[in-house]
Amino acid sequence: MYPDNFRYTKEHEWVHAQGDAASVGITDHAQSELGDIVYVDLPKIGSKVEAGKSLGSVESVKAVSDIYSPVSGEVTGINETLATAPEKLNTDPHGEAWLVKIKLSAPAEIDGLMTAADYQTYIGAEK
Amino acid sequence: MVDFGGWDMPVQYTGIIDEHCAVRNAVGLFDVSHMGEIELRGPEAAKLADFATTNAIAKLQTGQAHYSGLLYDHGGFVDDILVHKVADDHYFLCVNASNQDKDFEHIRSLNRFDATVENTGSRYTQLAVQGPKAKATLQKLTGVDLSAIKYYWFTDGEAAGTAARIAHTGYTGEDGFEIYVPPAEAERIWKLVMDAGSEFGIKPCGLGARNTLRLEAKMALYGHEIDASISPFEADLAWIVKLDKGDFNGRAALLKQKEAGIRRKLVGFEMRGRGIGRDGYEVFLDGAAAGWVTSGSPSPTLNKNIGLCYLPVEHAVPGKAIHIMIRNQPVEAVTVETPFYKRAK
Repeated sequence: MYPDNFRYTKEHEWVHAQGDAASVGITDHAQSELGDIVYVDLPKIGSKVEAGKSLGSVESVKAVSDIYSPVSGEVTGINETLATAPEKLNTDPHGEAWLVKIKLSAPAEIDGLMTAADYQTYIGAEK
Repeated sequence: MVDFGGWDMPVQYTGIIDEHCAVRNAVGLFDVSHMGEIELRGPEAAKLADFATTNAIAKLQTGQAHYSGLLYDHGGFVDDILVHKVADDHYFLCVNASNQDKDFEHIRSLNRFDATVENTGSRYTQLAVQGPKAKATLQKLTGVDLSAIKYYWFTDGEAAGTAARIAHTGYTGEDGFEIYVPPAEAERIWKLVMDAGSEFGIKPCGLGARNTLRLEAKMALYGHEIDASISPFEADLAWIVKLDKGDFNGRAALLKQKEAGIRRKLVGFEMRGRGIGRDGYEVFLDGAAAGWVTSGSPSPTLNKNIGLCYLPVEHAVPGKAIHIMIRNQPVEAVTVETPFYKRAK
């Protein structure tokens, strides 16, 4: 369920880094808690993001939630398909429904995030 | 699970939209055992009920229920409730979970009659079976002829061999029943209802779908459309206020308000721009802050984003262009007729 090559945040985002390029999304646990997702708001390509700061938001039938960037850097790509098919976040949050691509400015930040095993323990304990 | 007035409540089981559609198209089952029950008994139970609530108790026949309000002296809501007439000397009130202690104390404080007030919430579990297939589902569990129970009437009978109060009521805008059973039997009956409804595709439904369903039907939710600062006239609930029935708590304030006229009123809206106007968001009219959203959500039935808001009374009519401030951005919306959804009779 939770890929071993991803790292995870307490706010339920994931990041998949290869060198200084990373993909960011929300976790399966997050989509499950949010329920039916109806809107996804993402930053503009070229904008700077900072670890722990808002990157955008996802809105489900019941509530709107901020997405916090797991890492710092520059947005190099956004998942345009989510504008018209936000429900993909409910079905493939770790794959097709990635949110943004980021060029990392501080790749070492990754090491401070949870591993898949840590994250599963964390969400298990949170329940 | 979320904490809701001290109860662990499921927000959703299979998903709000899925559960919502099950109720509109077939049948859904809600565990609403958090709802409170208060019972008034005694020779003057009717007098107490009439004094404590806004609707006309004299119009209720034995076996009939109605929607009503409990008001403070100043005319604001203590709670909105259902009143069931069990007998001339026995009224059964279904109240909001988070308000039950407050309601109980409030009614007791008004009790200068030969009547007793009892908080009986722990004696009942309430299950709501709602949807066009609710009757066919529940009928399998009871010998009571459900077709004989008119809308907003109830029968004390049995379900699955257990004493049950079966009321033809609901909070979804759909046909359905709310049953009150002993807590020890609730889990068994829940399973039996799920089995009985399986041929119709019954879904267990949580608080999320309960909210979207009641919003489409423009049914008030305490803490959103109504609270201590809101009067029934403002909440577009004048129909539950019977000023000519005799004195009741809050009547003097309502009379004054009727004479002076209200300043703000609840009205429905539909989003025109992209976004959802949610509870607490500001509403702008001609560029100036003019009111606030009380509830807002996607409407799974209508496929639109809908909501309710308070606006100055002269603007609380359909067809007004408004803006809702969504995360510091004004988004276009328009006021509309309500209810948003009305079931075909």
